[in-house]
Amino acid sequence: MDLNIFKHTGRFLILISIQVVILNHIYFGGYITPHIYPLFILLLPFDVKGWVLLVAAFFSGLGVDMFSDSMGMHASASLFMAFMRPTIIRLISVKTDFDQGAEPRIENNGLGWILLYTVLLLFIHHMALFVIEVFRFDEIPQILFRALLSTAFSLLIIMIAHLLMAKPAGSRT
Amino acid sequence: MRNLFYFIARHYFFFLFLSLQAVAFALIFQNHFYQRSAFINSANYLTGNVYGTRSDIAQYFNLRSINEELARDNNALLENIPGSYLKTDQHIFFFNDTLHRKQFSYINARVINNSVRNRNNYITLNKGRKHGIKPDMGVITPQGVIGIVKEVSANFSAVISFLHSDMQLSAKIKKNNHLGSILWEGYNHEKATMMYIPPHVQLETGDTIVTSGFSHIFPEGIFLGTISDYEIRRGDNFFTIEVELANDFNNLNFVHVVTNLYQSELIELEAAAKQK
Repeated sequence: MDLNIFKHTGRFLILISIQVVILNHIYFGGYITPHIYPLFILLLPFDVKGWVLLVAAFFSGLGVDMFSDSMGMHASASLFMAFMRPTIIRLISVKTDFDQGAEPRIENNGLGWILLYTVLLLFIHHMALFVIEVFRFDEIPQILFRALLSTAFSLLIIMIAHLLMAKPAGSRT
Repeated sequence: MRNLFYFIARHYFFFLFLSLQAVAFALIFQNHFYQRSAFINSANYLTGNVYGTRSDIAQYFNLRSINEELARDNNALLENIPGSYLKTDQHIFFFNDTLHRKQFSYINARVINNSVRNRNNYITLNKGRKHGIKPDMGVITPQGVIGIVKEVSANFSAVISFLHSDMQLSAKIKKNNHLGSILWEGYNHEKATMMYIPPHVQLETGDTIVTSGFSHIFPEGIFLGTISDYEIRRGDNFFTIEVELANDFNNLNFVHVVTNLYQSELIELEAAAKQK
C-alpha cells in the first residue's frame, strides 16, 4: 500500500500524458490509433481490491476522455476491460495463488502468458470502445476490422513498454 | 431486506461495475445531445492549455507547409484586388464591395486540437469569446468548409468538425446551381456524400460543389470539393454523389471564423414568416 499508491499514481499520469500528447495524434491508415493507457490497468497487482480496480479503470478512461472530446467512451471501455480482468486471469492461469503485491509482468509470468493476457484484454477494450463509439449494429464488420488492427498496434506499443520495464532475472527487490 | 444487502455486498464487484458503467453512459449520452458540461471538454482551461503548448511545439515541424499555404492564399487574394483587374473604362465594376453592405467578416484562428478518426470529430481553436467568437459561427479555410463553432470559453472555442454525424450542409453544384445536402458518412476523411440531386441533372466527375449560402452560417460559394463518383441507388429517386473533399482535415493549421453580420436579422425574419 504505502509506496505503491505513489508508484501507480505516477504511472497513471505518465501513461495518460503519453496517450493524449503523442498517441492520440497518430492515425495509421487514417483511423487507427494505438492506446497505451490500458497498460495502467493491466499492470495493477493481482491482489488488487475489486473496487480499486474498477474505480481506477473508470478514472483512467475519464482522463483520456477529457482530452479527446469523447466524454465517457474511454471510461466505459476501460471499465469493461477491468471488469473482465479477473475472469481472464482465472481462465488463462494454471496457478492462481500469486505472491502478495505481485504485478503481471514478464519476469513474474513469462512472455507467453503476458502476451495472451494483453491480447485478450486489449481486444475486449478496443471492441467495447468502437461499439460504443459507432453505436450501430449494421457496421459490425468494420468495427471488428478496426478493433483487430488497433489491438495489433496497441499490443506492439504495450509489449515494448513491458520489455523496457522488465528487470533482468534475479535482481527483483 | 437484509438478504438484499447481503446479496449486493457479495456481488459488489458486479454492482459497482454496473453503476460506474451507468455513469459513463450518462456522460456519453449527455455529450451526444450537446448539453456538454462546460468544464469537461477541450475548450476547458487545463486541456486547452495542454493542447495549446503541444501545438506551439508541433507547429515548428509544419512551418514549411504553412508558409507554402500562406503564399498560396496571398496569391489568391492578390488576384482579387482591384489593381489586378484590367481597367477597360474609367470605372472598375465591383458590385459587392461597397463597404456599408458588407455581410461577412472574418477572424483568423489556429487549430490546436483536431481529430479525423472518430465518427464524431471536434476541433479546438486558440481563440474564444475574448476575440469575438460566438457559437454558431462558421469555420473555413481557403480550401473549404471546416465546421461550426459549438461552444466558446474565454480563450478557446470548440468546433463541430464537418466530419460529424450531425453535420449536414446545404450545398450546390457550381455549374448549374442545383441544390442538395452534403454530409459525411464516416471512415474516410477525404470523402463526403451529397444527396437530393434529382436524376435529370447532368453530372460529370470533377464538377465543383460549393456552399449554397442558404444557411446564414457560411457565405455562398465556399469550396467543398469535387465529384468523384455518382450513382442512383436502387429504389432511390435521387443521385448519391461521392465528393472528394478539398480540405485535408488531417492537416489543419490556420482557419478563418466567419461572422455573418446579418445572421440574427435573417433568423428573426424567417422565424416570423413561419409563425404566420
